[in-house]
Amino acid sequence: MPVFIGLLAAMGAVFFLLPLAGLVVRTPWADALAELAAPETLEALRLSLVASFSATALALLMGVPLAWVYARIEFPGRSLLRALTTLPMVLPPVVGGIALLLAFGRRGLVGGWLDSSFGITLPFTTAGAVMAETFVAMPFLVLTVEAGLRTMDRRYEEAARTLGAGRWTVFSRVTMPLIAPSLVAGAVLCWARALGEFGATITFAGNFPGVTQTMPLAVYLLLETNPEASFVLSLVLLCVSVGVLAGLRHRWLGSV
Amino acid sequence: MTLEAAVALTLGTLDLDVELAIPDGEVVALLGPNGAGKTTLLKAIAGLVPLARGSVRLDGVTLEDTASNDFVPTERRPIGVVFQEYLLFPHMSARDNVAFGLTSRGTRPREARAAATEWLERVGVAAHAEARPAQLSGGERQRVALARALATDPRLLLLDEPLAALDVTARAEVRRDLKRHLSSFRGTRLLITHDPLEAVMLADRLVVMEAGRIVQSGSPADIAEHPRSRYVADLVGVNLFRGEADHGSVNTAEGQTLAAAGAASGEVFAVIHPRAVALHRQRPEGSPRNVWAGRADAIELIGNRARVRVLGRLPLVAEVTPAALADLRLVEGSEVWISFKATDVSIYPA
Repeated sequence: MPVFIGLLAAMGAVFFLLPLAGLVVRTPWADALAELAAPETLEALRLSLVASFSATALALLMGVPLAWVYARIEFPGRSLLRALTTLPMVLPPVVGGIALLLAFGRRGLVGGWLDSSFGITLPFTTAGAVMAETFVAMPFLVLTVEAGLRTMDRRYEEAARTLGAGRWTVFSRVTMPLIAPSLVAGAVLCWARALGEFGATITFAGNFPGVTQTMPLAVYLLLETNPEASFVLSLVLLCVSVGVLAGLRHRWLGSV
Repeated sequence: MTLEAAVALTLGTLDLDVELAIPDGEVVALLGPNGAGKTTLLKAIAGLVPLARGSVRLDGVTLEDTASNDFVPTERRPIGVVFQEYLLFPHMSARDNVAFGLTSRGTRPREARAAATEWLERVGVAAHAEARPAQLSGGERQRVALARALATDPRLLLLDEPLAALDVTARAEVRRDLKRHLSSFRGTRLLITHDPLEAVMLADRLVVMEAGRIVQSGSPADIAEHPRSRYVADLVGVNLFRGEADHGSVNTAEGQTLAAAGAASGEVFAVIHPRAVALHRQRPEGSPRNVWAGRADAIELIGNRARVRVLGRLPLVAEVTPAALADLRLVEGSEVWISFKATDVSIYPA
């Protein structure tokens, strides 16, 4: 191995490992439990779990049908539509938040109408936080599930139809169970992305403790007022990420 | 119980145009090389591939007719299909696989499971009712697939290469049981295979397909005796030529002349059985009218016979004993003379 390649590779690895080490080393382990049990921390934790699971549920509800349509139905503009709905994966989240405001804000495209007709206000509410997370995280689920649908052996669906199964029965009893691994992977990926969501959430939903202040937001604000608590929360989020990576390692890293 | 299908469609490079009728009580085997369109025809009959032109009728009921725009979707056709590789649902037990068709058609789950258990008993895999397909042997999977196809009481049973996925030891036993279930099934039966032995053992009539067309149809004996294509001739192991008969000779499509007995005329097929072809080290003298020199191209031992492919005026396969092979000191590449009598050339109209 040429020396300079080894050197650069080592630098690359250290670049990732040092910050992780910093987090682990500097976390006040002795006070960790106390910091976690503080009311504002617990509140952020609870809200994060509620919002991220709600976002994942919403993404499953709308994203699986969307993936099915992309994988199974040919229509003009499909590629364009898929590209547009995938955009949030690469869009700066803060831009996503602004876009959400312009659509669902009080003076947004449909926000005003929602407010005047139904009295529904989305921005700066927990529902808004859920929406922001869904907006950013759902593409991960759609892409994963679509890939699963495209690679599955469709002859099983044909076999089900010869046995008298209508479209819904085929979908629910054959297609979905057969792509279960993709569904799980997509949902976990989506959930992890939703849990870490910061930019779109703070832009569209604001930063109200107990209403829209999720863990990443709390981490950022605590850094000024109570750095120790912010380190502990960061470590919690790191542990979740490690857990997700471990769970999906067969999918991404081969059988490591 | 009859099936009448006229199927015309194109799919990729396949151009399928076939008419097929299966009357009462006949098991028909569809035989043909890979890519002939056998599976596509089966899928078209099942409604999984739409027809470009044509119709499918079962017991007089129209399932599809492009002229009148009739189309019964697959899930409402009274059919049972045993697929290539069986396609048992991997996430369900054997029993749930068999019950699937019943619950899909509205039977209550409890009754469906009871009926599925009965079917598993009938095909002899009741002991594995709770097993997933991955835990079953090839033969057991085949039986579950058959039970699943029969459980909905179909009027048409379609089987696509039902034994191809099995190893040789399992095949004989499963084939025997399959034959029994085929004969007790009261409906129309169509079987796809590329194995002539399987076709002969399971079916009453063979239909040979090549490149999207039916090239020959008849009883196994009839087809073996009068092959009408190179594919069929290779299957039954005879030499086949096509040509113009002219009072005692046949001018083949290859531009050669064969001496043949009989006074036929017009387009004919000429069949020469490999056993009728003799091999010699030197130019033979005597009565055979067909004599030419060639080169042994390939030698194959089958049982106590050696099949020698000789390239000469016309490519021919000769069948001799291994002892004769040794006497002739014949190896691949050897020069060799062949001869056969005019009376060993059997001729029938093309």
